[in-house]
Amino acid sequence: MTTPTLADDIPVLELHHASKAFGAVVALSDGTIEILPGEIHALVGENGAGKSTLIKVLAGVHRPDSGDFRLDGKPVSFGTPADSKAAGISVIYQEPTLFPDLTVAENIYIGRQPRGRGGLISRSTMRAEATKLFATLGVPIDPERIAAGLSIADQQIIEIAKAISLDARVLIMDEPTAALSGVEVERLFGVARSLRDRGAGILFISHRFDEVFGLSDRITVMRDGAFIATHTTGSVTVDAIVREMVGRDISALFPKEEAVIGDPVLSVRGLGRAGVFSDISFDVRAGEIVGLAGLVGAGRTEVARAIFGIDRYDAGSVEVNGVPLRPHDPQSAITAGLGLVPEDRRKQGLVMELSVTRNATLTLRTALARFGLISGAREHALGEDWSRRLQVKTASPDLPVATLSGGNQQKVVLAKWLATDPQVLIVDEPTRGIDIGTKAEVHRLISDLAGRGIAVLMISSELPEVLGMADRILVMREGRLTATIDRTDATAERVMFAATETLESTP
Amino acid sequence: MSERTIVRSGEGVPATTAGTLPVRVRSRWTRILLSRDAVMFYALIAVVVYAYTQVPYFASTQTVGFLLLDVIPILLIAMPMALVIITGEIDLSVASTVGLTSAVMGVLFQAGVPIGVVLVLCLLLGTVLGAVNGFLVTALGLPSLAVTIGTLALYRGFALVVIGDNAVANFPQELTRFSTSKLGDTGIPVVMLLVLAVALVFGVLLHFTPFGRALVALGFNKEAAAFVGIRVGRAKFWLFVSTGLVSSLAGIFWTLRYSSARSDNATGIELAVIAAVLLGGVSIFGGTGSIPGVIIGVLLIGTINYTLRLARFSDVVLSIVTGALLIASVVAPSIAEWARGRLHARRTARLELQRAAAQ
Amino acid sequence: MLVVVTATINPLFLTPQGVKDLLLNATIVVILAIGQALVIITRNVDLSVGSILGLVAFGTGTLFAVYPGIPIILVFVIGMAFGAVLGAVNGLLVTIAKVPALVITLGTLYIYRGVNNAWAGGTQYFAGDRPRAFSSLSTDTIFGFPLITLLAIAVVVGVAIVLAYTRAGRDLYAIGSDPAAARLFGIPVTRRVLGAFVASGVLAGLAAVLYASRFNAVGATTGTGLELDVVAAAVVGGVAIFGGSGTVVGAAIGALLLTTITSALTALRVDKFWQQAIVGVLIIAAISVDRLVSLNRARKLRVSEARNV
Repeated sequence: MTTPTLADDIPVLELHHASKAFGAVVALSDGTIEILPGEIHALVGENGAGKSTLIKVLAGVHRPDSGDFRLDGKPVSFGTPADSKAAGISVIYQEPTLFPDLTVAENIYIGRQPRGRGGLISRSTMRAEATKLFATLGVPIDPERIAAGLSIADQQIIEIAKAISLDARVLIMDEPTAALSGVEVERLFGVARSLRDRGAGILFISHRFDEVFGLSDRITVMRDGAFIATHTTGSVTVDAIVREMVGRDISALFPKEEAVIGDPVLSVRGLGRAGVFSDISFDVRAGEIVGLAGLVGAGRTEVARAIFGIDRYDAGSVEVNGVPLRPHDPQSAITAGLGLVPEDRRKQGLVMELSVTRNATLTLRTALARFGLISGAREHALGEDWSRRLQVKTASPDLPVATLSGGNQQKVVLAKWLATDPQVLIVDEPTRGIDIGTKAEVHRLISDLAGRGIAVLMISSELPEVLGMADRILVMREGRLTATIDRTDATAERVMFAATETLESTP
Repeated sequence: MSERTIVRSGEGVPATTAGTLPVRVRSRWTRILLSRDAVMFYALIAVVVYAYTQVPYFASTQTVGFLLLDVIPILLIAMPMALVIITGEIDLSVASTVGLTSAVMGVLFQAGVPIGVVLVLCLLLGTVLGAVNGFLVTALGLPSLAVTIGTLALYRGFALVVIGDNAVANFPQELTRFSTSKLGDTGIPVVMLLVLAVALVFGVLLHFTPFGRALVALGFNKEAAAFVGIRVGRAKFWLFVSTGLVSSLAGIFWTLRYSSARSDNATGIELAVIAAVLLGGVSIFGGTGSIPGVIIGVLLIGTINYTLRLARFSDVVLSIVTGALLIASVVAPSIAEWARGRLHARRTARLELQRAAAQ
Repeated sequence: MLVVVTATINPLFLTPQGVKDLLLNATIVVILAIGQALVIITRNVDLSVGSILGLVAFGTGTLFAVYPGIPIILVFVIGMAFGAVLGAVNGLLVTIAKVPALVITLGTLYIYRGVNNAWAGGTQYFAGDRPRAFSSLSTDTIFGFPLITLLAIAVVVGVAIVLAYTRAGRDLYAIGSDPAAARLFGIPVTRRVLGAFVASGVLAGLAAVLYASRFNAVGATTGTGLELDVVAAAVVGGVAIFGGSGTVVGAAIGALLLTTITSALTALRVDKFWQQAIVGVLIIAAISVDRLVSLNRARKLRVSEARNV
């Protein structure tokens, strides 16, 4: 392991040993990074490694609990995003935040429009400035069009134009390429290089190694909220970086029990949705856990939503036990024996204001009723039964689920689906934002379910989780299935490559 | 404030915040006696007791009769309206539906259509008007506020087209007399039985059926509701239909009670209905609310208005009361939340001081 | 189009007197619609404008009755200040309590109307109570244009410039476009929304004084139900009910169009009872078109963003 190279230049921005905790969860334990003027710096690490928290500290969104933060060698402390912006740091998040009804030029200059005669905004100056900006960036965007309807790539270019017009000395991009196509990525990189050549420091997060190695001057690796190493790009290999990112003993944490694997229960054939994913075909058998790996934005969640009937699809079919499911109808999916533990627990998985009991029995509304009326007593009994079985820690099952910890909330979501006695359970990022202890419980639960003959499709961005739990791993990249890897052949490197490399041949 | 509604889904609270928040668990009875509905009930009792002892002429069966006859249309429409608002939508067109029903009733009756057929057609009309709202909101995805402002004008406009400046008054006496007849000497209108039946239907629907469970869930969180297979659009559509149907029922009652079918009947009562529903504890943001609470809200506004009228305040001044109650009922929770936030901050600060002192 | 059709059928419609009446009738709704547009652009709505107009108009009548010699310009100032106060009450309730503007202004619609009723009782002031110079404001013309119409045009131009060429004006669009992002951006959302409500109040105050000049009687029910026409005018004029887009020129044209339709129907001897139904149809048509356009845009976006998937 190497420590940050001490170059001759004073870093334009440096952060040492920053920590940030939310309640009991430590999101960042040792956030360390140095950005030199005129360099492109890549930040890599698994999901949950603390990259986003680090960026939010730099952006002034979070104030670190401890640590040393310097600009040009002088200590600084940011209270709000505006402070950070004023200091010359521009951050571009994964989802650009433009005002859809305003023109492109206005989005760049909102709140600081150039003023002309009589203190009125000079639209011609604004347009000229914007045109000049786009000319230097070499992109053909009409500054007079409204922002609504722009592609993500164009929106990102506009965010960059904004950063340049602010004279940003540090430009931070959080996975800028996740939603871009090859040509768009090239254009973005061209812009990044020209910014670097003008002396700006650039930090970008990426999961694609071809990009990381093609673009960056230095690479910093993070794991479990802590700094691991900073390398000069030319002196390190992909393998070495992957090892540093994963860096732990996988099998110990995730005990998958052996289960008898039966016939296919869920069959997906040629599923496609224009612009999102295409030609997705796979089976999940009774008792089998199939992992669905890939980068954020690869289309995994979208496939799960389409299977379950939340979204429409344009092509293909979904069958449960040989019976086709009605598209775009979650209720019929549930009746057929499907359950979905969604990605966003707070917005999709639970009604936070309702009690544990109400949430746990929400899937059983009709079954609970006798002559059309719900019996409060049965509802209660069922709620208590499930919260006991899954050991949900709550003072009372009548309390709103919002009062529970993340892990216990996730147990309520699981309870809700287990109560329907499903044949197929799709779990999307089942342990995101859950503390280590509860995580193991959730893993054991999922493993148990497979043991009882339920077919499980598990979407996860945590490699160790996928490798430890899944009998078979499907990998998606840019809306397509790129690999199917058996448990025995699965390694972190193989999955990573299938998720990032275009050249990986499909077995 | 009820103990159930203490936490709204926490924006601003980082998703990773772990650890159970300290929440007091009260016994079932304490909870019921301190609930918002109970507090509203005490307020209603207080107003009634005050009026009974202090306001001349209030303490009579005649008062009971007129007061109830006055609130019946509002009480009727408030039932489906409560459900609509619980799902996070609103229907401003109800008063116009009353007016159009009344106008159509008058014209049909004058044209010699048998009164039984007229009544059925009127209810059918209300159903269609509600379905139009429901279609525009759920199929086209338009905001219900804007849609029903539009149909408010449209339906009232149709009422004008149908009956113009005329009024039809010669409805069968049995019916008009029935609409104001009382149960024995209690002073309670017979029609109240019908209203109670409607209230019972909506109360049971909201509180004791799978559909009601679904409504509450989707009112709090439409997305999470869709993820458990609740057909959000369909549920909302039927609520708008029911609002139209019940509004036309109220229109029939209105016409018979005043024995007058006019285009401007019930103008503006949508505001009184919404004020009563919100005062009755239904949250304008959706999710929270109960039918008993709404009934109490309607009775409270009705009683206050009637009392003021007996105390010789002019009719028109009463609108100040309705408006003030409407605003108070939506602003009060915000103020309470703010106060609670201050209290919480102070408590946390004290805890931290103690912790610091202990070290 | 509408004007042409009507003029051919009823030649009286386009006589100088006909046009003048049309403009005069439109003026008050135009001014109210401009204020409403400001509020709707920030993703709010002000339903209390009819009541504000009634209250201020009655106040104007009272002023002239109590202080017969009062300078006309002072009456304008007082009327607009009164409107500003009433608008500020709306704005403060909306921004501080964070309750949808619809509910708040529905409440103040009631309250302002009630105050008007309590104050006026059965009293009505008639044009005869007011100085001739004041009433002639609405009949005098310059180069054939009624004075108050010119005033309305000046207001349209002034507000249009503020909306299009000042940072505060542009902020209103940003707020309506995405309130959360606007806040994150450091745009003073509370101050701007409050400003929009105050402006709407001021314009309603101005419209009220003009109303007192144009119409004979002002009393307890003046301006009742006007809010619907005003919201309809703004929405028909292309101000998106979801906020973020629209112009005051559009709102003014919307108001003019509505008034023209009303006058045209009268001129064509169409039953006057159809007028309100047509207002309703226009509102619903306007928001439906709005919605369909944005849905279409979203679908195109999804397909155009489709890489080679």
